[in-house]
Amino acid sequence: MHYALLVLAPPQATAVHRAAIGLCEAALDAGHALPRVFFSDAGTQVALASAVPPGDEPSPREGWQALARQHGVELVACIGSAVRHGVLDSDEAARFERPAATLAEGFVLGGLGLLVEATAAADRTLTFGGGAP
Amino acid sequence: MKPTLLVMNRAPYAGTLARAGLDAALAYAAFDQPTSVLFAGPGVLQLAPAQEPAPIGRKSLRRLIDSMPLYDLEAVYADADALARHGLAAGDLPAFVTVLDAAAQRELQERHAHLLSF
Repeated sequence: MHYALLVLAPPQATAVHRAAIGLCEAALDAGHALPRVFFSDAGTQVALASAVPPGDEPSPREGWQALARQHGVELVACIGSAVRHGVLDSDEAARFERPAATLAEGFVLGGLGLLVEATAAADRTLTFGGGAP
Repeated sequence: MKPTLLVMNRAPYAGTLARAGLDAALAYAAFDQPTSVLFAGPGVLQLAPAQEPAPIGRKSLRRLIDSMPLYDLEAVYADADALARHGLAAGDLPAFVTVLDAAAQRELQERHAHLLSF
C-alpha cells in the first residue's frame, strides 16, 4: 500500500503527532510506501527550529526528524502556511527581510502541488488534526 | 486520476484552518484533479451570504468559494442537517452548491479515493 499524510495539528497537540509518527513507523516497518508527509496550517509550526518545548515533554519535531533520518521520508511544510507561522528557510528569510532562517533540519518548504502530487500517487491519504464534523 | 473529497468542518474565522482547506481544494482543482468539496458541521457557515469580516482583519471566505467555478470546481456539497442547525437555507448558498442528506453523503464519500478533512 502507498500512503500519503496531511498533518494540520500544531505541535502542542502532542498526542496527534505521536499518533501520526507511530502510524508512519508501523506502515514503513510493514513494508508499505510512505514517501512524503505534508504539513499545512498550524501543522507547519512543527518545522519551527526556534521553538523550545519543555524538556520533560516529547518533541514532535524531533520525532518527525528521526522518522526522516531513519526512513528517508520527505517532510514538506506548506510554504504559504509556514511563512505565516514564522517558519522560514534562508530564501524566505531574505525575501521578507527577517533576521534569520527558522526552518528545522529535515524539513523543506513547498507548495500545495506537492500535497496534490503525494495523494495522486497514494492508495490512501490520512489527515491528522483536521476538524471533526 | 483519483477523485479527492475535501471536507470543510470549521467555522470560517475561528482560526486559519477553513482558509487552508479552501486553498487546498482550489489547488487540487488547479492541478486538474477530480475534486469535490463537502461543507459539514460548523463548516457550512463558510457558505453564509454577505460575510463582512473586514472589521476583524479577515477576507471573505464566501468570496473565495464563489470563485470555485472559475477553477472548474463545481462538485460542491453541503450537509442538510448542518445547514438547518446553523439557520441557513438553500437560497443562501451559491447556485452551484448541492444540498445532501446523510445517506447521500455516505455515497459521496464512497465515490472518492481520498478524503481530506479540514
